[in-house]
Amino acid sequence: MEFSINQERLLTLWSMWCAGEEKRVGTRTVFVGHRPVSETDAYVEQKFCDNRIISSKYTVWNFLPKNLFEQFRRIANFYFLIIFLVQVIVDTPTSPVTSGLPLFFVITVTAIKQGYEDWLRHRADREVNKSSIFLIENAKQVKKDSEKIKVGDIVEVKADETFPCDLIFLASSNDDGTCYVTTASLDGESNFKTHYAVRDTTVLCTDDAIDSLTATIECEQPQPDLYKFVGRINIYRHNQEPVARSLGPENLLLKGATLKNTKKIYGVAVYTGMETKMALNYQGKSQKRSAVEKSINAFLMVYLCILLSKATVCTTMKYIWQSDPFNDEPWYNQKTEKERKTFKILRMFTDFLSFMVLFNFIIPVSMYVTVEMQKFLGSFFISWDKEMYDEEIREGALVNTSDLNEELGQVEYVFTDKTGTLTENSMRFIECSIDGHKYKDGISEVDGFCHTDGPLKYYGKAEKCREELFLRALCLCHTVQIKEGDTVDGLIVNPERRCTYISSSPDEIALVKGAKKYGFTFLGLENEYMKVKNQKNETEMYQRLHVLNFDPVRRRMSVIVRTSTGKFFLFCKGADSSIFPRVQQDEIQQTKVHVERNAVDGYRTLCVAFKELTQDDYDKIDRQLGEAKMALQDREEKMARIFDDIETDMHLIGATAVEDRLQEHAAETIEALQAAGMKVWVLTGDKMETAKSTCYASRLFQTNTELLELTVKTMGDSERKEDRLHELLLEYHKKLLPDFPKNRGNLKRSWTVSQEYGLIIDGSTLSLILNPSQDSSSSHYRSIFLQICLKCTAVLCCRMAPLQKAQIVRLVKNTKGNPITLSVGDGANDVSMILEAHVGIGIKGKEGRQAARNSDYAVPKFKHLRKLLLAHGHLYYVRIAHLVQYFFYKNLCFILPQFLYQFFCGFSQQPLYDAAYLTMYNICFTSLPILAHSLLEQHISIETLMSEPRLYLKISNNAMLQWKPFLYWTTLGAFEGLVFFFGVYFLFQNSSLEDNGKVFGNWTFGSIVFTILVFTVTLKLALDTRFWTWMNHFVIWGSLAFYVFFSFFWGGIIWPFLKQQRMYFVFAHMVMSLSTWLTIVLLIFISLFPEILLIVFKNVKRKKHQKKLSNRKESDSLSSRPSIRPLLLRTFSDESNVL
Amino acid sequence: CGPPRAVLGSGAGWPAGPGGEAQVRRTAMAAAAQNKPDNTAFTQQRLPAWQPLLSAGTALPLFFCVGLACLALGLGLHFSSATIRERELDYSGGAGGGHNCSSCANASRAGAAGCTCSLHFELAEALPGPVCLYYELSNYYQNHRRYGVSRDDRQLSGDSWGLSNPAKECSPFRTDPQGMPIAPCGAIANSLFNDTFALYHLANGKASPVPLDNRGISWWTDSNIKFSNPELVNGSLPAAFKGTVKPPNWPHAAYLLDAGNPNNTGFINEDFIVWMRTAALPTFRKLYRRVRQGNFSSGLPEGSYRLDITYNYPVLSFQGTKKVIFSTVSWMGGKNPFLGIAYLVFGSACILTGFVMLAVHLRYQQQNQMDVE
Repeated sequence: MEFSINQERLLTLWSMWCAGEEKRVGTRTVFVGHRPVSETDAYVEQKFCDNRIISSKYTVWNFLPKNLFEQFRRIANFYFLIIFLVQVIVDTPTSPVTSGLPLFFVITVTAIKQGYEDWLRHRADREVNKSSIFLIENAKQVKKDSEKIKVGDIVEVKADETFPCDLIFLASSNDDGTCYVTTASLDGESNFKTHYAVRDTTVLCTDDAIDSLTATIECEQPQPDLYKFVGRINIYRHNQEPVARSLGPENLLLKGATLKNTKKIYGVAVYTGMETKMALNYQGKSQKRSAVEKSINAFLMVYLCILLSKATVCTTMKYIWQSDPFNDEPWYNQKTEKERKTFKILRMFTDFLSFMVLFNFIIPVSMYVTVEMQKFLGSFFISWDKEMYDEEIREGALVNTSDLNEELGQVEYVFTDKTGTLTENSMRFIECSIDGHKYKDGISEVDGFCHTDGPLKYYGKAEKCREELFLRALCLCHTVQIKEGDTVDGLIVNPERRCTYISSSPDEIALVKGAKKYGFTFLGLENEYMKVKNQKNETEMYQRLHVLNFDPVRRRMSVIVRTSTGKFFLFCKGADSSIFPRVQQDEIQQTKVHVERNAVDGYRTLCVAFKELTQDDYDKIDRQLGEAKMALQDREEKMARIFDDIETDMHLIGATAVEDRLQEHAAETIEALQAAGMKVWVLTGDKMETAKSTCYASRLFQTNTELLELTVKTMGDSERKEDRLHELLLEYHKKLLPDFPKNRGNLKRSWTVSQEYGLIIDGSTLSLILNPSQDSSSSHYRSIFLQICLKCTAVLCCRMAPLQKAQIVRLVKNTKGNPITLSVGDGANDVSMILEAHVGIGIKGKEGRQAARNSDYAVPKFKHLRKLLLAHGHLYYVRIAHLVQYFFYKNLCFILPQFLYQFFCGFSQQPLYDAAYLTMYNICFTSLPILAHSLLEQHISIETLMSEPRLYLKISNNAMLQWKPFLYWTTLGAFEGLVFFFGVYFLFQNSSLEDNGKVFGNWTFGSIVFTILVFTVTLKLALDTRFWTWMNHFVIWGSLAFYVFFSFFWGGIIWPFLKQQRMYFVFAHMVMSLSTWLTIVLLIFISLFPEILLIVFKNVKRKKHQKKLSNRKESDSLSSRPSIRPLLLRTFSDESNVL
Repeated sequence: CGPPRAVLGSGAGWPAGPGGEAQVRRTAMAAAAQNKPDNTAFTQQRLPAWQPLLSAGTALPLFFCVGLACLALGLGLHFSSATIRERELDYSGGAGGGHNCSSCANASRAGAAGCTCSLHFELAEALPGPVCLYYELSNYYQNHRRYGVSRDDRQLSGDSWGLSNPAKECSPFRTDPQGMPIAPCGAIANSLFNDTFALYHLANGKASPVPLDNRGISWWTDSNIKFSNPELVNGSLPAAFKGTVKPPNWPHAAYLLDAGNPNNTGFINEDFIVWMRTAALPTFRKLYRRVRQGNFSSGLPEGSYRLDITYNYPVLSFQGTKKVIFSTVSWMGGKNPFLGIAYLVFGSACILTGFVMLAVHLRYQQQNQMDVE
């Protein structure tokens, strides 16, 4: 038994690691209160994991080994470790300290950071695990630590307490067996959710009563989906057959959620500790890697090759040189016994390793540290940005990962959600249509709106009873809750009664408020009864029997209520496409016209239908639903099937229109993004017409954009849908292809001048393309579709399921050239595409925080995308690209003289520089200036970047990290390395450089080279710096001063820990020689000369370019830009452009 | 349409940051608190900044100025280098040398030491003082790593423990076969250059010796701080060196290097210190003596000279050469044409680019003007 359960746990753990995608098999049985169900069955204590939450990775004992192991799994660290070990083992020219110290520094800093983070996790864990909770044992309350809870324990939770583990809700202090819960810390939704106690145990609301319960719970093994749970409770009463009740997510109280507005509840623990749904959701997102990192790795490979070839060349040369006996072992320089005895092959190998060690500085440890620091510190500028702070929600941008800063500068495709992202997602009830008669609010709230159809108010009037039925339907068919007084999470506050409507969908609130405007006020839900105040100020009571919840597949929801007169009604509201097929066809004509007109206006429309049920009907439905709810397997499918059966043969009563306004500056932002060469795709679950008008309003489609449609409408309803689709695809393909010249390189420029195309596709057509029924030539059409997509300026995908959004993103992401994609969305339905894209942006919207939490960056509004991409993204990319190139450059010209020196020292691995210089070069002398540069540099001012989106194109396709710039930097580094070495080499043709005739030795030689090197490399950075803040001045001049100071200091003291006092007064003597000074100055000048020349020529060119640009701008401003027309006028006139 | 559950299932992932729960709590707290970003110049990336632009207008004068300055400096360097007089005498005595040091070279190849030979030379013009006397070795790898590490600075600093316990880097010249420590240990010390020179001015049929000053040829910090003799035992240096043996190549122990002069013997012998500063390149010269005393304080007058050489140091075995060099010095040190030429070339390059740039600049300006019109 124990074995099998352990195996099960292993399985569970295993599937925890495996992304939690596959279904968990098997169920678990929980004995409530550990009481055996009958005397005959031996009660076997099952082993479940305890309620300890362990989010920490390390303990005090395993921290060191585990952390070290983790760190050395990184290829770079491992490489440096190898180098270090080689230095320890083999007799190498530089002491192990030179590479050991930086490595030690890096490892220590990382370890401290990770240790600190883990300590925070430990603290958080301890706080959770040691918090006291109350268990019911033997009818008494027992206070215990949270971590002591075992599966099967009965837990008491009081108001405003957090559930310590996943509980099955047994009893509540509320008479109706409900409790209210907020899951703000789980999914960010701050509204109160109602959970229901198991019906048969609701009354057991005292310690004694609950202790008398004998029951078992069978439920599925833990799985991470927060909104799914299936189980069954068997309640045993004295000598009776056990009663079985189904358990669903509404019976499950999740760990991490908080009890609200309920005095206390009892629950039995079913999932504890690491098996709770919250813990199962800990698993991190897959690591996203930026394109820059890939470039770095490619460059690293090049440098590794350089390193290896250098070592090979030197080793070979050494043995060729040594083949002359008088070179190998002259009398003055005899080998040791050991050296003579070693095998030649082994000697060659150690020589090779020694050369590797000598040149290994070409691959800098510190680059990784600096890049990490730059990313980490740089990301603060995003969260600090005042312009991305939103007064309304009182929050600024949020950076969840700093790994992708530079990726923001490389975006080619932007996938955006519509609702809540482009639009505000604050709904306003605009109008409704009852029985084909249009009702509009007396006060026109649409600015400048003038309808061509003449006066609209009371276009006609429906019968009074239909009107009332419609409004009652609005008042009843929803899941809105009322929250009185307390306004902590208030979304919409009703000033008179201090009560708030709360709902997960803002549409519902708008509808309820709309009904209120017409005289029907929803007063709340009490004991399954919904109270509605009608136009005559009477309160009507309806018993809510069932709620057929909304889901994105059905796209509708229903309630079944019983009126006070005993009639049964089903009210249903939903998208027109899901309602119209289910109502009497003769009723829909007039309403359909209204719905379509509303959709064109950009409103969100919902249709309302009803059906009266007889007692028999209801009993049948009740039974069916009860059965389905009891089902342990495939409950969802069964439920969906029953819902489908129920929601048929309804009568349409009307439709509603709700406006969702565009977010401020959404249009300007989209325009700017498009001007920056990004292609913007809108992926929405909304109706095509609504989405299209939003696209026009947000200037995604221009008036001259030719629209290509691939929708259900254009497909028709015929059997030959797919053939028709293929025809269309081919037609569009033909249409688009000749328009474009064959060379794809011009693509970016060409679309700006030639005809622009927009594509509209809906979800069902997309799935037809992606998952065709006949598999023949499917991939062919798929690629045609993709080609069409990629050639359109703007693409609108409507009626998308969340997974389809991700599919689209993946499709584009994996096309040739692997363009960088960015997804932006605000709701839980956007999470999949946010996770799929290279960069995921969450809008901190009204639909909870799911998107923001799963995103890489979260901003309050869509308009902030402009600054995030055009300014921050651009700057970060330029900064990090420069950082990377500079690092390779400075290490190449650092190590090249060392390599050249081997040719003059008999290939003996004699280091040119002193060990201190070797170690400190990357750590101290040249690290801070580049770090400051890569944090502060603004080669173009932020204002210019924002106002000239075209500048974004300049860095597209990873322009600064292509092979060409890399080659330029490498050549520069090589040139400078040659100048440094040979300049000093020629100077040393006569080594008496002081006016008293004294001579300099090899360490002076190295010091001169090194001084020139440090100055040149730092001044090169100074030349590249266009934005000199005091910090740049401080670190650049400070570093140079520090170098000089350090050199004096290092050479000024006999260091007792050093074996050789090589540098003793070398630097001081060096600066006493005038010739050395002159050489240093000259060589610095020569090294920087090409760079200065290039800069000057560039500036001359740019000046000319700027003049041209400003000329053009002037002429541009003369021709007036198209004025921003009101959304609706545009839409109508633009309609003609549709194919 | 795909089932929505998969979306919710994978969508409810937690941020990978430190401590999911802690983070949630922190974000919640942050949301509650006023977290408006600081409006400082730094956080908003609006620090006041100097934005220099190297335009043609500023660069052109710069190029011309730098070019002219370099030309001037180059001329100065060139002339001061040209005024330095040097006289090189190769006495390695290899095949075809033709002078009487060849026999000494052969003798040294056979292992004999102490052979003397003389070189006669004429100075066509006087060398103004102070004249430095260098020896130059070629194909001699003092910068070889094995050679360069073969020393013990602790021993050389006069440390008594270090004296009797030479560093292991010194081997194979660390101890003698009997295990006695060598002082000074290591290959560098062992291979101390031990040819000696004596210079005679031949005038009026008699040879008058030119006094060669061996003081102040090493760095002051070396001979006074870095190098020092072990503490005297009973006032005697040889006693201090007791328990050590001389390097195998040396004819006598370190304390006999300049036995008559207690300030120039042992480890603080300046010839020794000069030797111990290893050269950068395989052909190198080292300062041997200076002529600045007596009748020759103003330099070496023109005339004929004789240089008597004690030929001890074998160089032919590694195909090296050795030379004696008489050279005057200037403010820039010894003769070195490189600096002057480099400055001249760079200066002219600057001026040339200046002109090219001027041309380009003028052309662009013209074009711009045409564009404007």
